Amino acid sequence: MTQTPMTTNTKQFSFLAAARALAAHKVVWPLAALAVIFFIDFLISPNFFSIRMVEGRLFGSVIDVFYRAVPTAMVALGMAVVIGTKGIDLSVGSIIAIVGAVITWRIHAGDPHLLILFWALGVGLLCGLWNGFLVAALDIQPIIATLILMVSGRGIGLMINLLYGGTNPSYTSALLQGLSTGHIAFIPTRLVVFLLVFVVLWALLRHTALGMFLESVGGNAKAAYLTGINARLITFSAYIICGLTAAAGGVILCADTHTSDPVSIGRNIELDAILAVVIGGGSLAGGRIYLGMTILGALVIQALTTSILSSGLPPEYNLVVEAIVVMGVLLLQSANFRNLALSVLARRKR
Amino acid sequence: MVGVSKTFPGVRALDKANLQLLAGEVHALMGENGAGKSTLIKVLTGALRRDEGEIRLDGQMVEIGTPGQARALGIGTVYQEVNLVATMSVTKNLTLGRQPTKFGMISWRSAREVAKKRLQRLNIDIDVERPLGAYSVAIQQLIAIARALEDDTRVLVLDEPTASLDAHETAMLFKIVRDLKSRGIAIVFITHFIDQVYQIADRISVLRNGRLVGTAPIGEMAPLKLISLMIGRELERTELRVAAEGPPTNAPVILQAEGLGRKLTMQPFDLTLRAGEVVGLSGLLGSGRTETAKLIFGAIKPDSGTLEIGGGTMTGHTPSRSIRAGVAFCPEDRKAEGAFGELSVRENIVMALQSKRGWLRLLSRSEQQKLADEMIKTLAISTPDAEKPVGQLSGGNQQKVLLARSLVSGPRVLILDEPTRGIDVGAHAEIVQLIRKLAGEGLALLVASSELDELVAVSDRVAVLRDRHKIGEISGADITRDNVIHMIAGTQS
Repeated sequence: MTQTPMTTNTKQFSFLAAARALAAHKVVWPLAALAVIFFIDFLISPNFFSIRMVEGRLFGSVIDVFYRAVPTAMVALGMAVVIGTKGIDLSVGSIIAIVGAVITWRIHAGDPHLLILFWALGVGLLCGLWNGFLVAALDIQPIIATLILMVSGRGIGLMINLLYGGTNPSYTSALLQGLSTGHIAFIPTRLVVFLLVFVVLWALLRHTALGMFLESVGGNAKAAYLTGINARLITFSAYIICGLTAAAGGVILCADTHTSDPVSIGRNIELDAILAVVIGGGSLAGGRIYLGMTILGALVIQALTTSILSSGLPPEYNLVVEAIVVMGVLLLQSANFRNLALSVLARRKR
Repeated sequence: MVGVSKTFPGVRALDKANLQLLAGEVHALMGENGAGKSTLIKVLTGALRRDEGEIRLDGQMVEIGTPGQARALGIGTVYQEVNLVATMSVTKNLTLGRQPTKFGMISWRSAREVAKKRLQRLNIDIDVERPLGAYSVAIQQLIAIARALEDDTRVLVLDEPTASLDAHETAMLFKIVRDLKSRGIAIVFITHFIDQVYQIADRISVLRNGRLVGTAPIGEMAPLKLISLMIGRELERTELRVAAEGPPTNAPVILQAEGLGRKLTMQPFDLTLRAGEVVGLSGLLGSGRTETAKLIFGAIKPDSGTLEIGGGTMTGHTPSRSIRAGVAFCPEDRKAEGAFGELSVRENIVMALQSKRGWLRLLSRSEQQKLADEMIKTLAISTPDAEKPVGQLSGGNQQKVLLARSLVSGPRVLILDEPTRGIDVGAHAEIVQLIRKLAGEGLALLVASSELDELVAVSDRVAVLRDRHKIGEISGADITRDNVIHMIAGTQS
C-alpha cells in the first residue's frame, strides 16, 4: 500500500475539516448549482439581473424564474411531506387536471369566482382523501395507490368538460387573471400566495407536533405506532396536504391558460416535484421533511429551464441538460462520491 | 492487524488497535459497546477502510479495500443481523451473487448442488428449496455461516452469533465452531455472553476505547479480570439479588389482567402489578414473553379477558391509549420497533411524551432540549450532543434512549422487553440498578428477559411461562435460578 505520511499541520487540517463539513451540509450544493446557473445566465445576457418596473410590477429574468417556479414549488411542498412519510404521490398532475376542469365547469355554471377557489381546494382535499384512504387504510403501496388517480384523473377531467359540452373550453375571470399576472405592491401575486402557503404549511409542521409525527412515521412506522402515534391518521394527513398543495398549484396553472386542458396541463409535474424534493436533500426512504430546501430544488429546476430557453439553445436540449445538472447535484450530495473524488484528486497531486 | 486506526466525524473509533489471530483457534473479541469491536471487524472484512495501520496474513502485507477482496483472501464474516433474504430459498441465499452458470444462464441444478455441498461442510441436512424464513433463527444462523465459509477460508468472523439462540441451539452452533477450528480456521467470536466465552474460546482480546487493552489465553484471564479490563474499573460483586426484600404486598394494585389472551398467540393469563414492584417474565425462547408484554401494552390486540389500569378498565386497547393511561413499553427489537434512526436523540426521547400530549400541544424546543439533556445525564447516554441521529449511536446507547423515551412519558407502569439484549457488561449493571431505582420510586415494572440471572437479580416476583402459557409465579426469597428452571422444566423442586 502507499504510505501517507502525516505532514499536514493542524491548521491546514482544521481548514480541510471545515471545508468537508461545509461540503457535507445539505444546503450548499443546490445553492451552488443555482448560483452557477445564474452566473452562466449573466455571462450570456449581462442584463440578467436587472430588474425594472413595468406597469407597477417588478420585471426581470430573475423575477421570471421565481414566477414560473411557483406551480412546481407549490406541488413539491406537498410532495416533500408525502416523501417524508416514506410515500410518494404520482397523481399530482392529474389532480391539477381535475382542478382545472372543475374551475372551468363552475365558471361556466356561473358560480362566484371566489367560491371557485374553494371548489378547487375541495377537489384537492377529495383527491388527497382518496389517496390517503388507499395508502393508509388499505395499506396499498403508495406508488401503486397514487398511480390509480394518476391514470384516471385526466380522464375524469375530460368527463367534467363533457358535463357542459366543452371540448377545449376557455373562460375569463378577473380574479384568476389576477392570480396569474397580477401583483400586490410590486410583487407578483402568485409569489405572495406561495409565501402564504409556505408559511401556513411551515406553521402546521413545525409549530405543532405534526411534522415530528410525520417524520417518525416515515422513519419507522412500527416504532411510531408503539410510541402511541396514530400512524394511519398521520399518513392520511400527508396525502391530504399533498392534495391541497397540488390543487393550489393547479389553480395557478389553470389561471395561466384560461382553459381546461386535462390532457396536457401539469404534465410531468410529479417528476419535477419529486426531483425538487430530492435536490433539496429529501430521501425517498423517508424520515425527514425539508420544506425550504425543496423550494430551492424547484428553483434550480426552473432556473435551468429558463436559461436554456433564453440562451437560444433549442428547447429540445432542455431535458438532457436538466438531467445532467440534477445528476451533478445529487452526486455532490453523495458522501461516497465526494470521498471518491477527493481521493482521486489527492492521488493526482502526488 | 497492527496499529489500525479509524476516525469517524467526532469519534476516534479505533486508536492504533492490534489483533493477532492464530490458525485453529477460537479468539474471543470482547469490549463494551462503542469499544471498537464492530469497527475493527469491518476493517478486517473490508466493509470500512482504515485510516492507518496494516493487516498481514501469513506474514504478508495485504490490502483489504472491499468485502470482495476480503473474501478472496479467505476472510469470511457472519454479521450480527443475519443479512440473508428470508423470502428466497436456501439455495438462492447460499449462491446469491455467485450463481453457477451454464451457457451464460444460471444453472439451478448445480446451484442446488453447491448449496448442499456448502451445508454438508457443516453437517446440516435440510431441504434447500424451502424459503429461508421457514427455518428457525438458529438454522438461519448456520446457513449464514455456510454462506461465509469457502473451501479456502482462513479466518471466520462471527459477530454475536448466539444473540437470539437458546441454550440448545447455542450448543449446536458451538459443536460446529469446534469442528471448524479443528480444520485450522481462525475464528473470531464476538459476544456479550461471558459464560459462552469460557465455553468455547482459546484466547481473549479485549478492546476499550478503540485500543487493545489485553490479549491472553483463556486460562490466564479469569472472568473478573476480563470484566474489569472491559469496563476499566473493578466490578463489585453486588449484582446477585438486588431485590432483597419481598414484594410490597400492601402497595396499591396498578395493573390487573384477568384472563387476558389471544388465540394462537398467548393462552389467557392473570397478572397483577403493584406500585414499586418488579415482576419478571421468564421462559424459554418462544414461550410467550414478548407476546405477554405486548398484550398488556395493547400492541397485540387481546381477544379475551379484561385489563384494568389504575382502576379503569381498558377498552379498545391500543398503544396510544396505554401510553395515555400511563403505561410505557420498550420493545425487544430496537431497530425494527424502537428507534427512529434518522431523528435526533432529542426527538427520539420526547416522542412518546409528545404523542401523549397530542399533535397540537407541541413541546417547545427549549422544553425538549431540557428533557433530552436531563436524560442524557441521568442515563449516561454517550453522545456528543442531543442532535445526533440515533441511528449513529451504539446499541447500548440506543437502548438507553428508548428507556429515556419511556421514562419521559411519565409512566406508572413500565414494560421492558429484553432491556439488556446486546448490551455490554457495564451498561448491563447500570440498567439493572436503574430498574431497582425506578421501582423504589413507586413505578411498577414488568421485565421480560431471556437472561435468568438478570431476572433473579431484579425481580420481586417472577411469572414463569411455557409454550405460550403462564404456568406459575415465584416470589420473594424463593426466586432462585434453580427454582425458575425447575418450574420451566416442569420438575418440582
